[in-house]
Amino acid sequence: MKILSWLKDNLFSTWYNTLLTVLALGFVYFLSKGILVWAFTDANWDVIPANLQLFSVGAYPRSEIWRVWVVLYTVCALLGLSGGIWGGLPFRFAIGIGSVGFVCALLPLFEWATRGWIFGNVALLGAFLVLGVNVRGLVSKMRPWILGAWLLSFPWTLIMLRGFGENSVLTTNWGGLLLTLILAAVGIVFCFPLGVLLALGRRSSFPAVKWVSTAYIELVRGVPLITILFMAQIMIPIFMPNVRLDKVLRAMLGITFFSAAYMAENVRGGLQAIPKGQYEAAHALGLNYPLTTLFIILPQALRSVIPAIVGQFIALFKDTSLVTIVGLLDLLGIAKTVIANPDWLGLQAEVYLFVAVIYFVFSYSMSYVSQKIETALGVGKT
Amino acid sequence: MSIPFWRDVRVLRVLLQVLFLIGIFLLAGVLYTNMLTGLSNLGLTLNLDFLGNEAGFDISEGIEYEPSETYLKAFWVGVVNTLKVSLIGIVCATILGLVVGIARLSSNWLIRTIAAIYVECFRNIPLLLQILFWYTAVILQLPRVRESISLFEGVFINQRGVYLPSPEPTAGLNVWGGFLLAGLVLAVILYILRAKQLQRLERPGFRAKWALPAFLIVAVLGWFLTPEIPFTLDFPVLRGFNFVGGLSLSPEFSALLIGLSVYTGAFIAEIVRSGIQAVAKGQREAARAVGLSESQTLQLVVLPQAIPIIVPPLTSQYLNLAKNSSLAIAIGFPDVFSIGNTMMLQTGQSIPVFAMIMVSYLIMSLTTSAAMNWYNRWITRNR
Repeated sequence: MKILSWLKDNLFSTWYNTLLTVLALGFVYFLSKGILVWAFTDANWDVIPANLQLFSVGAYPRSEIWRVWVVLYTVCALLGLSGGIWGGLPFRFAIGIGSVGFVCALLPLFEWATRGWIFGNVALLGAFLVLGVNVRGLVSKMRPWILGAWLLSFPWTLIMLRGFGENSVLTTNWGGLLLTLILAAVGIVFCFPLGVLLALGRRSSFPAVKWVSTAYIELVRGVPLITILFMAQIMIPIFMPNVRLDKVLRAMLGITFFSAAYMAENVRGGLQAIPKGQYEAAHALGLNYPLTTLFIILPQALRSVIPAIVGQFIALFKDTSLVTIVGLLDLLGIAKTVIANPDWLGLQAEVYLFVAVIYFVFSYSMSYVSQKIETALGVGKT
Repeated sequence: MSIPFWRDVRVLRVLLQVLFLIGIFLLAGVLYTNMLTGLSNLGLTLNLDFLGNEAGFDISEGIEYEPSETYLKAFWVGVVNTLKVSLIGIVCATILGLVVGIARLSSNWLIRTIAAIYVECFRNIPLLLQILFWYTAVILQLPRVRESISLFEGVFINQRGVYLPSPEPTAGLNVWGGFLLAGLVLAVILYILRAKQLQRLERPGFRAKWALPAFLIVAVLGWFLTPEIPFTLDFPVLRGFNFVGGLSLSPEFSALLIGLSVYTGAFIAEIVRSGIQAVAKGQREAARAVGLSESQTLQLVVLPQAIPIIVPPLTSQYLNLAKNSSLAIAIGFPDVFSIGNTMMLQTGQSIPVFAMIMVSYLIMSLTTSAAMNWYNRWITRNR
């Protein structure tokens, strides 16, 4: 009877709700029927497993692919360790990633060798998770070290992927999901400090600094990302002829400088919410401007705008797909080349849907984590 | 004893700023000289003379243009195309966002869930991917011209685009226009009268309560009293290999419009939902308790508080939509950016063309935000 009363309350409470329910049911029925019939009879999904390596790493040479695995192992170890030491949200996040990896390794999507590598990753993650849980009580002050390790893992990733000497892999050979993630990570890591500086500059009491920062922010926010990306491709060789930067680096610069302006506006929102008393109290304690900013203002300001900043990171992640237009082979660029391949003609819908699912999983999990952080920090509850 | 100048805060402030500016100017100077040498190596000079030259390339759609016309005219075609797709996109996205945003607050579980799935799906997938999907996987896969899908009388959909009947003005339009003008004058008078009455009664209310129906009545009466129908419908007809007449939307335009509206609509839905939810529940309950009806509650209590919350983020979504229309280059719709790109490839004058593109977008952004700020002030003043 509970079900019946739920149905009555939520679907058939009034005559127009009943009408809406019937119409919506019809809509859902025809839509899902069409999609399911297409997906199971007309669609040719062979294109996905056949090109899985292209989708994941692009033209990265097969002999050097161990570098990608080393990077993944580093990240998994760090993730496991942080999950174990922090507990709570990072713990659940590590468990989630581990389970996804485990399921991927169980499914017959990949070759046996790849599945072995993934199993290894999951095992390492689990081992470090257990280790983290056990050392949590033993060593105090572990967290700053872990954060430091995360920061170090970033240059480590880039150096590892690039390599040196004979066997180095040019960035032009990076592709697929790997390139998308690297572009997003570089953008996120570098646009954040730049954005904070610009936001502080815009609120500076020095008129010259203030005008320059404001002009930069407004100019960049007024134009589309694609113009900035094209400028980075066309203008850098004109303005800096002595500096040789390859296409990928130029795209990274474009994305970073573009996102920094948006980041600055988000941070400025947080700075404006800080009461004047905080500045005055810090001043009264004898702290100078850098110390006040670093230890009093920024921690409070950034905390209050975490949701906006994560939103900005999600937007940045999705925006990396625009490098396709300037000819880079990121996840979407690879999708376009696969579609253009004469072996797989007419499979646009399948390929684009597969790529869309990957993008969706990443952005949705980021927004999910951001919601959890929001509730954990109690942001937005006034 | 006075403070030495190197410890005087006033002097230091000026000094630091001067240093900062010198740094900026040095950087700009280095870039400028690099640019000049770079350009002279390419054999180019920095001026806008090339805009008067013959463009020589064809543009697939937009206002009237011949390849023999100038680059400046070609650029203008692009500006108009960008404005067209942005404005229509803003209207569609707003309608979609409003409907879905309200649906997310529906008491009907199914409607609520469908709306939530729509928002989460389309918000989390890159717009470029969506536009490419609509273009290559949906519109270009539609039936050929001869097997067009016909939804209603005169509406055809095929892989060459969408064909709709278009209204063609007749001689009767002038007479009807006169009726409309009279209706408008009447409406303004009634609006002022009603506003005065409300002020006298010291009571909030809907100011256009008399003006709106009066205008509609005059417009409808005028339509029937006009001797000739003001508009006739021009139906698209299949002639030879293509449709002739009526209003046609190209596949590129349709894909871009669908992509932009669906993507931005998802964001607008979230803005509308959170704006309405931000109005405290007690406000609504109190309004019901003092005897206001459901529609009065919405009109006098909820919306006046929700709209000021909604308008600023809505403005930035409109700006995003206009800027995102530059993704047109991926599917070959001739917007300002893709025409600018063609111009750059043909003339090599990348710096002036980039400056022109950026100025066009900046003007669009600044006008939109000015208009929306004005609307926001007007809304909050009327409260």
